Amino acid sequence: MEAQHAAGSWTEALWRRCYETVVRARTYDEMAHVLQRSGKVAFHVSGIGQETAQAAAACALNTETDLFFPYYRDYAFMIALGMSVDELMLSLFLKAADPNSGGRQMVGHFGCKRLRVFTGSSPVATQIPHAVGAAYAARLRGEEAVAFVSFGEGSSNQGDFHEGCNFAGVHQLPVIFFCQNNRYAISVPERWQVAGRIVDRAHGYGFTGVRVDGNDAFAVYDAVRTARDRARAGEGPTLIEAMVYRIQPHSTADNDLLYRTREEIEQHRARDGCSAMRAYGIEAGMWSMAQEDALRAQCAHALKQAIEYAERAPYADASTLCDHIVAEGGQR
Amino acid sequence: MKYIEAIRQAMYDEMARDERVFVLGEDVGKGGVLNTTQGLRDAFGSARVLDTPLSESAIVGVAIGAAMHGMRPIAEMQFADFIFPATNQIISEAAKIRYRSNNDWEAPLVIRVPYGATGGGALYHSQCPESVFFGTPGLKIVAPATTADAYALLVAAVRDPDPVLYFEHKKCYLSISGSLSPDPVRIGQANVQRVGTDVTVITYGVVLHDVLRAAEIAAARDGVSVHVLDVRTLQPLDTEAIVEAASHTGKVMIVHEDNKTGGVGAEIAALICEHALFDLDAPIVRVCGPDVHAVAMSPTLEKAFLINEEMLVRAIMTLARA
Repeated sequence: MEAQHAAGSWTEALWRRCYETVVRARTYDEMAHVLQRSGKVAFHVSGIGQETAQAAAACALNTETDLFFPYYRDYAFMIALGMSVDELMLSLFLKAADPNSGGRQMVGHFGCKRLRVFTGSSPVATQIPHAVGAAYAARLRGEEAVAFVSFGEGSSNQGDFHEGCNFAGVHQLPVIFFCQNNRYAISVPERWQVAGRIVDRAHGYGFTGVRVDGNDAFAVYDAVRTARDRARAGEGPTLIEAMVYRIQPHSTADNDLLYRTREEIEQHRARDGCSAMRAYGIEAGMWSMAQEDALRAQCAHALKQAIEYAERAPYADASTLCDHIVAEGGQR
Repeated sequence: MKYIEAIRQAMYDEMARDERVFVLGEDVGKGGVLNTTQGLRDAFGSARVLDTPLSESAIVGVAIGAAMHGMRPIAEMQFADFIFPATNQIISEAAKIRYRSNNDWEAPLVIRVPYGATGGGALYHSQCPESVFFGTPGLKIVAPATTADAYALLVAAVRDPDPVLYFEHKKCYLSISGSLSPDPVRIGQANVQRVGTDVTVITYGVVLHDVLRAAEIAAARDGVSVHVLDVRTLQPLDTEAIVEAASHTGKVMIVHEDNKTGGVGAEIAALICEHALFDLDAPIVRVCGPDVHAVAMSPTLEKAFLINEEMLVRAIMTLARA
């Protein structure tokens, strides 16, 4: 990792942005779990174990120009783009001021025009053709945008993955397909989802595929940055398969010990990208335990305030049920 | 001008007016397998008349993504029968973009859907799948039957800020001609095609023309006066116009080529029952495609499926005497 850091373009500021994002996402996620278990919120779906890949990917993109199509575990990605913990908490508490959907959708169904995050849904992989279409629109208008779409390995089996990749390959569109292979599609393990490697599919679509260790922030960053440069140079899409592990159950409604062992989970927890990043930062002299403690305290404080704020915030008024089914007023 | 030319002209005019408008679909570059996009690539180039892979979910999904990013795509399904791979993108995505984002995002796309039996199309080139999408909040559905409406409703669909399914009946392409009207047509506005006093027929699509011919026959042969309402927009239905037309004669017949069960006619009948039951002098009659998948390739079976003038005249006379 040392060599990669030195060879890459990581500054201390970049490392810090990435690491702090990972910690903010991790502490948010752990708190969301506690809130659900204590009956404060209805549901949570976790991204723990995937934050390093998400944060590193976001750091390699341009938040001013690029177009984002995240999936439902992308908390670190969203935090890196600029969604606040207050906003995530409003979403978790299903309140009217939730910028993603005003409490209309489940948590994790991101969408925020301000952050160039396109609205997503629950049927998986549907966002993949959207990313391709937005990239096509960007090209038609001569914009510099690159579309970045993330999804799990389970989603890679949907027709929309294939149709989207093929379309983007044929038209050499500026799209980064970012598969977060967390080894489980709810309970079905990777080996019962795919017979080959997801990354190898890229060749069939006529573009480059790269597999990276998702716990290695430098490797993910390099892969996304290279993919972005390629897209910007008109060299078409890239499929990145980031190998991660879903530490938490699929959602708060899932008992993961029905299909995997504690030992397996603990093995992967030991390889957690968050700890690896911290260890690297300390070793490189960029971080100290005092800074770690200060960051954790800041996160805890921000979460406490966000919870108080979200708890007090109003739900959508019942009278708004039929709002925004179609546009008010006529043609534009 | 022929119906198909009106569709082409509307696309041409909207593309010339607004550079956000572009067309995508299978074989649209060469002019389309049904010739609707003829000449557009020469006029606007292959980037705005985009030949796509054979991939309906991507055609709609890509159009949604482009629409969310500020474009006004017109996505062509080659045949209505092939729309089903795109159904998830239409119902789960396009229809819900605005609602699920609390009005943050919108998907102003048009999906052109050539539908209906033309003769020799068999099960998979003849279907009327409008009822699959009917009743999905967030979708608008239009089904013009005349040349003027084909133009005006396509223009309205392109300019609409929400997703619109544009059902164009393939049998109308060459068989229906007329002139364009300078007046715009609002989505959701039905049109009285014939004023009468004895029986009201409510319909849409190519069968409107069978109904109008049947009405002439009924008038000439038996002196029965038929009132005809073309709903033109299936979603939202023009409830006021439907209720008014029903109350006007008190005898209602609903006609569509789509299957009877679960068809749009069932909702029209329900609306009349809700709003004008006591204005009726006889039970509502539906003359629709039978509950068979679609026409068969065999000419005898095809003929047996389709609504014809004679059938309509008989049904009108029976209702008039009821």
